[in-house]
Amino acid sequence: MAQKEKDALSGVETTGHEWDGLRELNNPLPKWWLYIFYVCIAWSLVYYVLYPAWPLGKSYTKGLLGYSQREELVQKVAEGKKAQEKYLTAIAATSVEDIQKNKDLLAFAMAGGRSYFNENCAACHGAGGQGAKGFPTLADDVWLWGGTTADIYKTIQHGIRADDADTRGTVGIGMTAFGKDGILNREQIGQVAEYVLSLNKRSTDAAAAAKGKTVYDENCAACHGDSAQGSVAAGLDVGAPPLVTANWLYGGDKASLVETITNGRAGVMPAWSKRLDDATVKSLAVYVHNLGGGK
Amino acid sequence: MTSATLTPGAALGSQRVSENVRYYEDAVRLFVIAAVFWGVVGFLAGVFIALQLAFPALNLGLEWTSFGRLRPVHTSAVIFAFGGNVLFATSLYSVQRTSRQFLFGGEGLAKFVFWNYNIFIVLAALSYVLGYTQGKEYAEPEWILDLYLTVIWVLYAIQFVGTVMTRKESHIYVANWFFMAFILTVAILHIGNNVNVPVSLTGMKSYPFVSGVQSAMVQWWYGHNAVGFFLTAGFLGIMYYFVPKRAERPVYSYRLSIVHFWTLIFLYIWAGPHHLHYTALPDWAQTLGMTFSVMLWMPSWGGMINGIMTLSGAWDKLRTDPVLRFLVTSVAFYGMSTFEGPLMSVKPVNALSHYTDWTVGHVHSGALGWVAFISFGAIYYLVPVLWKRSQLYSLRLVSYHFWTATIGIVLYITAMWVSGIMQGLMWRAYDNLGFLQYSFVETVAAMHPFYVIRAMGGVLFLAGALIMVYNLWRTAKGDVRIEKPYASAPHKAAVGAA
Repeated sequence: MAQKEKDALSGVETTGHEWDGLRELNNPLPKWWLYIFYVCIAWSLVYYVLYPAWPLGKSYTKGLLGYSQREELVQKVAEGKKAQEKYLTAIAATSVEDIQKNKDLLAFAMAGGRSYFNENCAACHGAGGQGAKGFPTLADDVWLWGGTTADIYKTIQHGIRADDADTRGTVGIGMTAFGKDGILNREQIGQVAEYVLSLNKRSTDAAAAAKGKTVYDENCAACHGDSAQGSVAAGLDVGAPPLVTANWLYGGDKASLVETITNGRAGVMPAWSKRLDDATVKSLAVYVHNLGGGK
Repeated sequence: MTSATLTPGAALGSQRVSENVRYYEDAVRLFVIAAVFWGVVGFLAGVFIALQLAFPALNLGLEWTSFGRLRPVHTSAVIFAFGGNVLFATSLYSVQRTSRQFLFGGEGLAKFVFWNYNIFIVLAALSYVLGYTQGKEYAEPEWILDLYLTVIWVLYAIQFVGTVMTRKESHIYVANWFFMAFILTVAILHIGNNVNVPVSLTGMKSYPFVSGVQSAMVQWWYGHNAVGFFLTAGFLGIMYYFVPKRAERPVYSYRLSIVHFWTLIFLYIWAGPHHLHYTALPDWAQTLGMTFSVMLWMPSWGGMINGIMTLSGAWDKLRTDPVLRFLVTSVAFYGMSTFEGPLMSVKPVNALSHYTDWTVGHVHSGALGWVAFISFGAIYYLVPVLWKRSQLYSLRLVSYHFWTATIGIVLYITAMWVSGIMQGLMWRAYDNLGFLQYSFVETVAAMHPFYVIRAMGGVLFLAGALIMVYNLWRTAKGDVRIEKPYASAPHKAAVGAA
């Protein structure tokens, strides 16, 4: 019972079908719509002629341009490497001290070091080397394992208490857990903490601090130095921080000091020479040295 | 050609449908209630995970509330729970009327599908939170739940197709072509992408039958067509029934509906590889994915033209009917997303956009603007009909919902455009010595303000949905809000403008 009707508003015929009061006008396909559709199809056909497109069993149509994504990648990586090759070779062949003296190499090492640092180091040490609890600040002048470029280079290469024959310190061995291991009792730990606070003019119990000095001299001075100047200043290679400082690795309030003395500390850093090539590690050493705190 | 001339407002004059026929509507009502409930749940989950991205502390340090587990809860809640229940409700409602036939299998089958589908949704969400997932985007449920869903889906297919096959109309209405394409293809996609081998019959874990790049290709054949057939073809079915119904105008072009239907379903199924540009997928497959996506542009727009042009002669109704405004705006968003999609599938554009927030923005302009808006329009249409009320509680509140949600979408997608393009440009920025300009964490830090804006957009969208819940609740109770009615536009002006 198809009854064609005419829509009064548009003057267009309906198809004559009706469902639940719904009808359809018989308007033609819009011309612009149809032509753009054809253009899209034509564009695709041209693309098929030029580029890899259709599977043929174990092969495929290669296209006139001979494009291959894999080859393009290989080529671009090679171009990138070639552009940097001159500098990378020079950096690999130059000591970290001499890199600092060569203006071109220094600029390149600094640019690369920044990039490598942000990808590899910033997760722990912070984007500007500002440090975090347990992760030393690299932008100040406190260095646990030496702050010369050569020291930093060695530390990055071999890590700290890391799985590396030349690593800094000894795997699993750090600051003694004086409380946990029963070397000092709670009273003595409180006293030596007060003494450390007094070195920074923050002690609130002069009597305890005075007793703490004895505890310090007997237990702590061997690594931290007679005047708490830290192992580097004391000429030791054990990674003991100076205790006269405003910048504390594990917190400088009394509770943190007591926790540190009681349980000990043994920070770890990976040996990066196992993951990064020598030019990269050297660039990092130069970059870290120039963050502001290098010596 | 003969006789009758249709005039606006009198378009229903010669219809043969008896107003007295009581089609099966109990299950449809349940589906509508579930759709509204899951919509709110899904939007809330979306707001929460958007805030997690802006403020990671909201992961709460618990595995069950971490972003990785809540994200599929959000996507499944909005796509399958909200969108799915909307599709069930609208398809089972309209197929009876456009076929002049009761549901094949009866009310009982529809209710069986309702309860089991919604139990499936709850089980799937629970399994994600507890850490069970196939690790396939939009196909996260493990094998046992996949089998359960397959049974439910086949029953739904039998009910819908059975109703169409026993119809009392000689022709099949265009909405039903789209619903059938959606039901059939989703069944094939679901089964195809979940051919998995369980580790044991008593455990949840399974592994895909194919591996490597083949597995990725199957996943994105599925993933892209979940968008194409669940969120596009199915919702075009909604559009073809509810837009002409609400506008009281004939569909613009029958011929266009045929051509765009067949081109759409033929081309869509090939476009999946564009999700795997610049990966291990062979060059030829990438080419095919890209070109089919570009060829898909006009077939997609065919639906937009038919939806929007159906309003010719009834444009004035947009001023007075915010429900129609939802329906038409959704079609406009559909047009925008289906232009953006082919654009993003072109390889040089994809090289910038892929893996960035731009993709997230694209998905949401489609999901919020198209899928959710057309759903809101259909729900506002259905609730007074299903609960036998003369009108909605308040049209003004529909308008408030419309503007709140629209501003929310605009905040969301513009934030993601800016953030996504910035992210893509930062990733590829090199200095003059050949080093990457930015580390990954720097790009994350730069995106933070946009994550906050996006979350605010989500809050607005959720607020709009809550306005809707209140409005529908009062409508179902039979209340009518005392408010200033929308002044109907002068009829002559409308005719003159047309």
